[in-house]
Amino acid sequence: MGQAIAFYTLAAFILGFAMMVVITKDTVHSVLFLVLDFLFVAALYVLLDAPFLAVIQVLVYAGGIVVLYLFVVMLVNLKRPPEAHHDPRRRTNLGFGLAVAVLVELGAIAWYGSALPATAIARGPGMPVTGNTEQVGWLLYTSYLIPFEIASMLLLVAMIGAIILAKREL
Amino acid sequence: MIVDQFVIPLLKILIVLNATLVAVTYMVLLERKVIAWAQSRLGPMRVGPYGVLQPVADAIKLMIKEDITPVRADKWVFTAAPIISMVPALIVYAVIPFGPKVNLFGRQVSLYITDVNVGLLYIVSVASVGVYGIILAGYASNSKYPLLASLRASAQLISYEVAVTLTLVSVILMAGSLSMVSIVNAQYNSGVWYAFVQPVAFVIFFIGGLAETNRSPFDMPEAEQELTGGFHTEYSGMRFALFFLAEYANMIVVSSVATTLFFGGWLRPFPNIAALRFLDFIPSWTWFLIKSFVFLYIFIWVRATLPRYRYDQLMRLGWKVLIPLAIANLVVTGIVKVLLS
Repeated sequence: MGQAIAFYTLAAFILGFAMMVVITKDTVHSVLFLVLDFLFVAALYVLLDAPFLAVIQVLVYAGGIVVLYLFVVMLVNLKRPPEAHHDPRRRTNLGFGLAVAVLVELGAIAWYGSALPATAIARGPGMPVTGNTEQVGWLLYTSYLIPFEIASMLLLVAMIGAIILAKREL
Repeated sequence: MIVDQFVIPLLKILIVLNATLVAVTYMVLLERKVIAWAQSRLGPMRVGPYGVLQPVADAIKLMIKEDITPVRADKWVFTAAPIISMVPALIVYAVIPFGPKVNLFGRQVSLYITDVNVGLLYIVSVASVGVYGIILAGYASNSKYPLLASLRASAQLISYEVAVTLTLVSVILMAGSLSMVSIVNAQYNSGVWYAFVQPVAFVIFFIGGLAETNRSPFDMPEAEQELTGGFHTEYSGMRFALFFLAEYANMIVVSSVATTLFFGGWLRPFPNIAALRFLDFIPSWTWFLIKSFVFLYIFIWVRATLPRYRYDQLMRLGWKVLIPLAIANLVVTGIVKVLLS
């Protein structure tokens, strides 16, 4: 009961802040709402007994990535007010298509989810460790080793690409 | 049941928060006094004997001062920024262990608010949210110098965060746990404080700590000659005081984390040698406070001694010296750990 109340409160806040991200006029404000949104998602992870994921969510998304967003938005905002590129026609056409695509996707996920309810995997077979952090690490380095390595390769490629783009002459 | 679940944690939170705020105000006085002694002056002497009531006078002054919001400022963000920088500095204390479980009035009471098994990561992540206070203060003021200072400050914080986090990873490798209490217990079991097995990590952590709290010699964001007053140029009254207090609260956080990770937290010196058991008459939390105080004193001592770095030197030190060193230290720690096991 208490969990349900907490979940729906958090969900309401998450959706509310997500709405604010989209409808706020000032770009910096919408980035700030994004941070709040990420913090509430982290609270949701705590509710799901995944403290490691919650802390990483705060560290990587709220603390790391959005700081860079904020940098970019602040510097762009200084030169040009957001009203300068206001094109109502583009908003209706492209936005409508995207909204329909997202709706279809969400509907498909909901239908799929109700047809095949997820079973909670509390502890995988043969996992010799206890504790949230240890279990995440164990799974990453056994069952999900290849996706993990591919993700790290992708990050490496992105990093090299960023360096090349930023420094034209090396 | 209710007492254990609600009353005691609430009391602990109340005591820790109040003690922190009092400690922060007296840190300001200590800093003024120590710097004055370093420069052959007396420091504040008028309010109370030897100036001990100076923090009270300061607080009253800051509270009754006019609180100005610039006309062109982004009002909501301008108000939120000092709060955003103060709150992370305070909620970090939730996981800092001041002592082990002790018997108080016939009850088992732990001298920490909570012991989550991601304690150290929690501290790192909360500290990373604190950066927003500085960036937003600079942005919301709608003024040149604060904006430049805040860009500098956030670049500095992000760079040094990398080095500090890498040193923390080598400590985690040693202890095999992310929980602050377990890290202290691991030091007890191995019989040596981690500062002696991880000297490189400790030095990098301390330098990074100076940079992350914007303390001299890395007080770039507040370089008066270049940036007037830094990111809080436009702030006055209590909102300015919040930034000021957050800086000192962060110093206390860095000192307590350094004590916990590298100097055995609440343990007495040589905790495994029975001949020194007479040292136990000093309670565990006092050891913790003594060690943290030493670090705070070094913070002030450094400020009184060293000149400020140039900004490009600061960034070069961070990226080209500290981060490679921290990575090398991490790799060596891993190899040694595998070879020894």
